[in-house]
Amino acid sequence: MSALAVEGLTKRFGERLALNAVGFSVEPGELFAYLGPNGSGKTTTIRILTRLTRPTSGRVLLEGRDLLAEGPAAVRRVGLVPQTLNLDRDLTVRDNLDLHGRFFGMPKARRRERIAELLAYAGLEDRAASPVKELSGGLQRRVMIIRALVHEPRILFLDEPSIGLDPAIRRQIWALIKKIQKGGTTVFLTTHYIEEAEQLADRVAFLCEGRLTAIDTPARFIAAIGRWAVDPAAGEGMEPLYFNDRRAAIAAAQAGEGGFRLRAVNLEDAFLRLTGKRVTS
Amino acid sequence: MSHQIWAVYLRELKILKTRLPMTLAAAGVTPLLYFVAFGMALGGGMTVDGEDYLRFLLPGLVALSSTTQAFSIAGEINIARFYWKVFEEIQASPVRDWAYVAGETLAGVTRGLMAAVGILALGRLFGVHLGLGPFFWMAVLLNSLVFSALAVALAMWVKEHATQMLLNTFFITPMAFLGDTFFPLDRLPQGLQAVLYALPITHASRAIRRAALGGTTDPIALALLALMFAVFFFLATRLVQAARD
Repeated sequence: MSALAVEGLTKRFGERLALNAVGFSVEPGELFAYLGPNGSGKTTTIRILTRLTRPTSGRVLLEGRDLLAEGPAAVRRVGLVPQTLNLDRDLTVRDNLDLHGRFFGMPKARRRERIAELLAYAGLEDRAASPVKELSGGLQRRVMIIRALVHEPRILFLDEPSIGLDPAIRRQIWALIKKIQKGGTTVFLTTHYIEEAEQLADRVAFLCEGRLTAIDTPARFIAAIGRWAVDPAAGEGMEPLYFNDRRAAIAAAQAGEGGFRLRAVNLEDAFLRLTGKRVTS
Repeated sequence: MSHQIWAVYLRELKILKTRLPMTLAAAGVTPLLYFVAFGMALGGGMTVDGEDYLRFLLPGLVALSSTTQAFSIAGEINIARFYWKVFEEIQASPVRDWAYVAGETLAGVTRGLMAAVGILALGRLFGVHLGLGPFFWMAVLLNSLVFSALAVALAMWVKEHATQMLLNTFFITPMAFLGDTFFPLDRLPQGLQAVLYALPITHASRAIRRAALGGTTDPIALALLALMFAVFFFLATRLVQAARD
């Protein structure tokens, strides 16, 4: 049974179609990334999958049970790390984690035990008594991630988990997400960072203008295009040339006029090839 | 469900604790000014309905302060919703909509009761003693419940914090002044009296004053407050549901 199965998910905001009959499934223990440019419908999907927004139509099965029909208790199996920092800034890290456990009805003893585990897990034991407002953005993001794990969800949703963080902190967040997956939690993350999807995801879904274009592993997406790309230095709208053989790529780069740049093919190339648009546009 | 109500309430208590001195000072300064300006300077030596004006005024100030402080929970909800987005954290949990409303309402009631106690202490300081029997506390409690539930409903209804500020300016402040708090309603034109009679604070002031000065109660006022509380609580729950777009 899939950890998550989504069928024909559609969301309209008035005249605007934010999601257009999206369907996919996520296997237990998988790290599934939803890649798309800003405004493509990533956050809308996560909001529906965590019951924050009602879909216009479609079905969401969480471990085989209808998430939308099940009522508020269904979210006990779901953890959410939203894109915006939404901690109680005046309260301490421990208070934030404890309140989360209380919202989910966890007994006191289990709550305490779990909070101690997670603080150690994220290396935040020495900051437990600090007010959140005194923490850096990277540490606040870590608190948000472990807060979503307090109630031991089966699937963790992360909406752009490393947005706005510098590259070094971003890598720390990636390491934490990988650790969570290795612990057995299914992870669903949205991103518009190519490298994030490539580094973390077992499978990637391309979302463009509310429509799911393709789903595959990063390696297969890339292999379908070639290993090397040659970017024309001039001409913004010009598409890169793709090669499987490095020598052929170098030869093509040298033969061109005006200078070419040789690089490894990445998911952006696959996205561009399949949707005609750039993720970073 | 009680643990859900307690969790929402506890969160507000913890936030209140982090800024308690500031909140108490802010809650006390306006009534103190009213007490000195209207009660002592303007109304000194005056009697209203056979009572010394300070004794007449103090129950009105209890109604006014419990109203504004209970209603101030709307500001906290707005901050959590529009600025810190913490409301989303609660929405994404199994907390039921009505349990959320109940928790926030209790937090407003706590602020309302704290304000009432503060005003009474202020009155004692100036030698004004009121009867503080069960009818008095029942009226203060009902008034706080009404305005807390109304605050939750309006905080869910507004789309931005600025609208909330407008509601305070154009609705709560005039009501707090005109609702039988500083002077008896019968001193106003008939038409205006009819309008003011529909406001909850008018009934709260009357019930609080009657219990504080005579030890009796106004059952109709209490029943109306209870009815208004039920309506506002229901409305708030529906508006929390509607917040899921």
